[in-house]
Amino acid sequence: MSKSNSNGVQEQTGVVTGAFTVKAGLAQMLKGGVIMDVVTPEQARIAEEAGACAVMALERVPADIRKDGGVARMSDPEMIKSIMEAVTIPVMAKVRIGHFVEAQILEAIGVDYIDESEVLTPADEEHHINKHKFAVPFVCGCRNLGEALRRIAEGAAMIRTKGEAGTGNVVEAVRHARAVNGAIRHLTTMDEDELFAYAKEIRAPYELVKQTAALGRMPVVNFAAGGVATPADAALMMQLGVDGVFVGSGIFKSGNPARRAKAIVQAVTHYNDPQILAEISENLGEAMVGINIDTLAENERLASRGW
Amino acid sequence: MSEIAIGVLALQGDFEEHIQMLARLGVATREVRKPEELRGLDGLIIPGGESTSMGLVAECWGLVEPLRAWVHAGRPAWGTCAGLILLADRAVGQKRGGQPLIGGLDVTVNRNYFGRQTDSFETMLSAPALGAEPIPAVFIRAPAIVELGADVEPLASLVGKTGEPIYVAVRQGAILATAFHPELTDDDRWHRYFLSMVGEVGD
Repeated sequence: MSKSNSNGVQEQTGVVTGAFTVKAGLAQMLKGGVIMDVVTPEQARIAEEAGACAVMALERVPADIRKDGGVARMSDPEMIKSIMEAVTIPVMAKVRIGHFVEAQILEAIGVDYIDESEVLTPADEEHHINKHKFAVPFVCGCRNLGEALRRIAEGAAMIRTKGEAGTGNVVEAVRHARAVNGAIRHLTTMDEDELFAYAKEIRAPYELVKQTAALGRMPVVNFAAGGVATPADAALMMQLGVDGVFVGSGIFKSGNPARRAKAIVQAVTHYNDPQILAEISENLGEAMVGINIDTLAENERLASRGW
Repeated sequence: MSEIAIGVLALQGDFEEHIQMLARLGVATREVRKPEELRGLDGLIIPGGESTSMGLVAECWGLVEPLRAWVHAGRPAWGTCAGLILLADRAVGQKRGGQPLIGGLDVTVNRNYFGRQTDSFETMLSAPALGAEPIPAVFIRAPAIVELGADVEPLASLVGKTGEPIYVAVRQGAILATAFHPELTDDDRWHRYFLSMVGEVGD
């Protein structure tokens, strides 16, 4: 009589699930890929056919969350499950910052990754979720290296820039990616005494600062997010050194989502090949209408949520 | 081993981790995104990632046929996880409408056999071809081989859902396939094993 694990493998000695290696490992498998926001199973299928490496299931894309106002929460689990059934690629979903019960619910329905996201209305203005307590991995947003390493200390297995979601304007994502990579370049020139002081200055754990300096890169996978709308935007972020790209409103708020989705996937693979980038940028139809960041009031900026 | 060059398919996935592992072993590598980048290589690694993404990007730039030609010519190829799926002749649990496969490995693979991410796991495997010492293996939303062709040699197996054996590392001629990710561990025995296969073909 043998018992089966949830993963179907018969109980054999030394099978370990939910450890950091497999959490960070899934993010490593997503590298060089595009993760697309989708609100229906049909959109999820379009994303999968375009070559998305994962989808983010949500009820409203950030551009609509912005327009509609009110409190934005975790999506209906039924809707997320219908997307999980429609595609074979990993499915992510968002929870509010600090809302660990929303995270427990998403873990219970078996999503592959949780985004503790500033795009939703924060549930806790002091504490992020203790992500070590979960078997499901988390991705979190950051504007700079200190914020990224604080999230990793809390258990995040993947990082993304915050950018400014739902604007179709890449300027904030560029700012955040440059801030992170500039800080890492700076770190690699420091001696140990300086690393202690720098860790204090950016309010990050010394061990993670030391590890980042030794690796010369973020200790987990780092994607761009928040305002990517074109293949050129995606390739720009890749050339700035991110590992992959999230596209939110940019695809399904554009004139020809299937075509644009495919082009952005190609752009992330061939980000260093201007000939190919030129070819795939042709005839994509209307891009989403953008918003200039300086026209946003301070309380309309989603990136300032999270601490 | 200094004169050989290994290509790593760099369409999507963890190709960088393979390149770093080979660099530590002192082997020259090249990222392969276009058909002409296969020229002059001695071996090819298809990394972990999403097999649908890799298949669709490969199709877009006419890379599927050159990859098939590579494998069918008996040139050394190693697929890890998604790479195993792409090398398999038969896959179950594909996305709707199927997906482009390279084929060449006479097995049936069950995509995401082990379930979703929360079922991903680490374990120690016994792989006698690599020595008596058990070898660490990281399985991430991993596939499993459920049926072996006659010419396929099993290198490592686990016990499946209903007590049946499932295969997680196999070899057929110059093709090596692993359902797990040696590139995510510090143990370089699988990489050295593949390099020895490349050496045999070269001789």
